[in-house]
Amino acid sequence: MPGPQPVEQTKVTSVPAQPAPLLRTRGGEVPDRVFKSAMTACGLAVLAVLGLIIYELVLRSGLSWHTFGFKFFAASDWDPVNEHFGALPFIFGTLVSSLLALIIAVPLAVGVAVFTTEMCPKAFRGPLSFFVELLAAIPSVIYGLWAIFVLVPILSQYIQPFLQKTLGWTQLFDGPPFGYSMLAAGIILAIMIIPIISSITREVLMVVPQHQREAVLALGATRWEMIRIGVLRNARAGIVGGIILGLGRALGETMAVTMVIGNRPEIAKSLFAPGYTMASVLANEFSEATGDVYLSALIEIGLALFFVTVVVNALAQLLVWTVTRGQPARGNA
Amino acid sequence: MPEDIATAALTTVPPISLRRRVTDHVMTAVAILTVVIVLAPLVAIFGYLLYRGVGSMNWAFFTQTPKPVGEEGGGMANAIVGSIVILGIASLIGVPFGVGAGIYLAEFGRNRFGKAIRFTADVLNGVPSIVIGIVAYAIVVLYQKHFSALAGGVALAIMMVPTISRTTEEMLLLVPQALREAAYGLGVPYWRTTLSITLRTATSGVITGIMLAFARVAGETAPLLFTAFGNQYWNMRTDQPTAALPLQIYVYANSPYDDWHRQAWAGSLVLIILIVTAIAAVRYAVRRGSFGTA
Repeated sequence: MPGPQPVEQTKVTSVPAQPAPLLRTRGGEVPDRVFKSAMTACGLAVLAVLGLIIYELVLRSGLSWHTFGFKFFAASDWDPVNEHFGALPFIFGTLVSSLLALIIAVPLAVGVAVFTTEMCPKAFRGPLSFFVELLAAIPSVIYGLWAIFVLVPILSQYIQPFLQKTLGWTQLFDGPPFGYSMLAAGIILAIMIIPIISSITREVLMVVPQHQREAVLALGATRWEMIRIGVLRNARAGIVGGIILGLGRALGETMAVTMVIGNRPEIAKSLFAPGYTMASVLANEFSEATGDVYLSALIEIGLALFFVTVVVNALAQLLVWTVTRGQPARGNA
Repeated sequence: MPEDIATAALTTVPPISLRRRVTDHVMTAVAILTVVIVLAPLVAIFGYLLYRGVGSMNWAFFTQTPKPVGEEGGGMANAIVGSIVILGIASLIGVPFGVGAGIYLAEFGRNRFGKAIRFTADVLNGVPSIVIGIVAYAIVVLYQKHFSALAGGVALAIMMVPTISRTTEEMLLLVPQALREAAYGLGVPYWRTTLSITLRTATSGVITGIMLAFARVAGETAPLLFTAFGNQYWNMRTDQPTAALPLQIYVYANSPYDDWHRQAWAGSLVLIILIVTAIAAVRYAVRRGSFGTA
């Protein structure tokens, strides 16, 4: 907030006969109308950008749509040389890596949110949530760099052999432990979406009215029972909203995943096998796509990704809105 | 006798059973464990970043352009400058539109149209950055017939607008209505009130939003892949392929050369320092100022 305006000494004594000339009405209503239209134009620009995104994606993916039709999403061969394109391996990779991330991230994120709002001493609340949200501030490419040089070696040397030995019978952990795998992508995605889910869960838990907690405690509940019955149950819709918002982020996440998933368009049962996601194939192949069909097929993948994330995000926004009443759900920083 | 009733009630309440007490303690322990697990990668990432980054920084890193493949040395000077140029373009486009849209939402947007814009902004916030890259490619690169800093700037600007407009709106709504009314009472026109009174009062909050948006796009790589594209050499023209710090980190991280890995770590450290400084400044400003929730 700006402080009081400095006033020149000489002017203090002289009483101005008229209001400050700077602020005086001039030109009637016209400037007001101009101002309102300019601001409305800025608002319209937001709508226009969304419109433009849809228009460009639909327009430029048309060729691919005409060539392959709906089969594009059901075919699993990706052959730029012979111009056969099917997006199924990428859709599979995106879904599996995101679901894996959710499975890892949700319990951790909710646990952290519960701890920060309900259990932690008040003095630690601020710093703790700051540190967790600092995770959201790390750029994707740095996650990727760290994953290549730290996470992947740890995975291939310790975690993958361990999983193979203990859970090998599920056949989810077959194959050589190279590190670069669907599993690595899921873990790095989980680390990236934890702050989103956790910060929204925290916001939602904080709007649960205090008397709900007091009422449950008065019935003789322990602290955990109070959290379970009085807090979590009331905040369900909002927590689910936060989880879906995290899912939206995981689906569209590009760089870190591209750097560790192995980038092979295959549908493999094992989580140790390399995969490929929709965002990764765009990152790797878009700038060197030769031929109109190739480029158009990539843009169609972009369109599908856009469509899915918009639906997922809209759903999440609605769920969070119902709980926090109109406050925007903040996923970042 | 009320006291008798009270003691009777107390004695009839059964003590909390062992099972419930144990569950309570176990769940507390589980919650603490989740915090430890979540903070571990944070410590690991920052620790490793400092460990590898500080040792890798040298004068050449900040003053030289990349050496050809296989040669030791060189730096990311052109990428640092390129990032500054791209972020500058993004801010020049994104900030006015974002603040304008925020003003619209706060001052004129109490209607269905405003609601639609608000929802669109929130949805736009969740659009994957790589998709925004495609759009910037389609609307700028295809017309210019070049990868360019401008295209990168446009992509990042699109990403900045939703964050800036929503925080600007929130901050303007925090300005007391009485201030606006006082200005009208003095005969100040609406536009002047909004700009000189309302926006002026909320300046620190609006800047907070801008800094958050800036910090968010500063590390973005995906939308730059096929817009700014990257460049091994100096380039000062906004219509030519331009190097950017995150792009350079990506290329170097995927390379097989140790010296390039070293520079990727140094670049990451520079980037994260930039971003954390921006966020810390925001936190500090928010704590000091009167505007709460950013």
